[in-house]
Amino acid sequence: MVATHHYLFLAAALFTIGVIGVLTRRNIMIVLMSIELMMNAVNINLIAFSNHLQQVNGQIFAIFVITVAAAEAAVGLGIVIAMFKNKETMNINEIDLMKW
Amino acid sequence: MIEILFFFFAALAVGAAINVLVQKHVLYSALSLIVLLSSMSGLFILLRADFLAVIQVIVYAGAIMVLFVFVIMLLNLPEDEDGADRLRWLKFLGIPLGLFFLFLTVITLWNVERQDIVEAQMAGTPELIGRSLFTDYLLPFEATSLLILIALMGAVVFAKKDL
Repeated sequence: MVATHHYLFLAAALFTIGVIGVLTRRNIMIVLMSIELMMNAVNINLIAFSNHLQQVNGQIFAIFVITVAAAEAAVGLGIVIAMFKNKETMNINEIDLMKW
Repeated sequence: MIEILFFFFAALAVGAAINVLVQKHVLYSALSLIVLLSSMSGLFILLRADFLAVIQVIVYAGAIMVLFVFVIMLLNLPEDEDGADRLRWLKFLGIPLGLFFLFLTVITLWNVERQDIVEAQMAGTPELIGRSLFTDYLLPFEATSLLILIALMGAVVFAKKDL
């Protein structure tokens, strides 16, 4: 029997892989994709608890997370394109305009 | 049967997630992320969240990932050959810290008292979700439309020629 905590462990593993991606890779596309991965791990948690408690609220929240992820992807990729046009790089270490 | 499907989809998801990080070319990472999102939709079906499984495929694996792949192909990114993408010391710092985070999470989850799932299965049908979305969660739903409008305007501003 697959219990709720199996899903929680899976979500923790996926979230950790997303965190490692944000921490180690310097390509801005990979960083954006890792953030999407982390949002998906949160979605698994929400839906697992929705199933565990037999309430639909968790799935509603997952829908909101997906909507926010879509908005984030649209704006994030717009930023990527504007950045690439101005600086010709995808490395986030070279984007240091706001760095003191 | 459900156990086999769960471990199949879970292994596929974790493998694809690791593949996203180790691939050299960004396009292969994006394709691997599509595999991850599709396997996650299978997990949603196992959790009786039918509507969200469909939404996951249409919105995530469809719309969002098409946007990613489109941008990667539009910019025609070169393969990361000189390894400037991965700094050496970042790998030795990031991976242990990430695994430490996983360790803390697993320890916390391990100590939580476990309950068995209630057998009365509730399926996340469109009817149930729509009823809840248009009654209890009507205000957040409307706020979401405002959020999408703002994201739309932001994307248009970023696409302007002289930014």
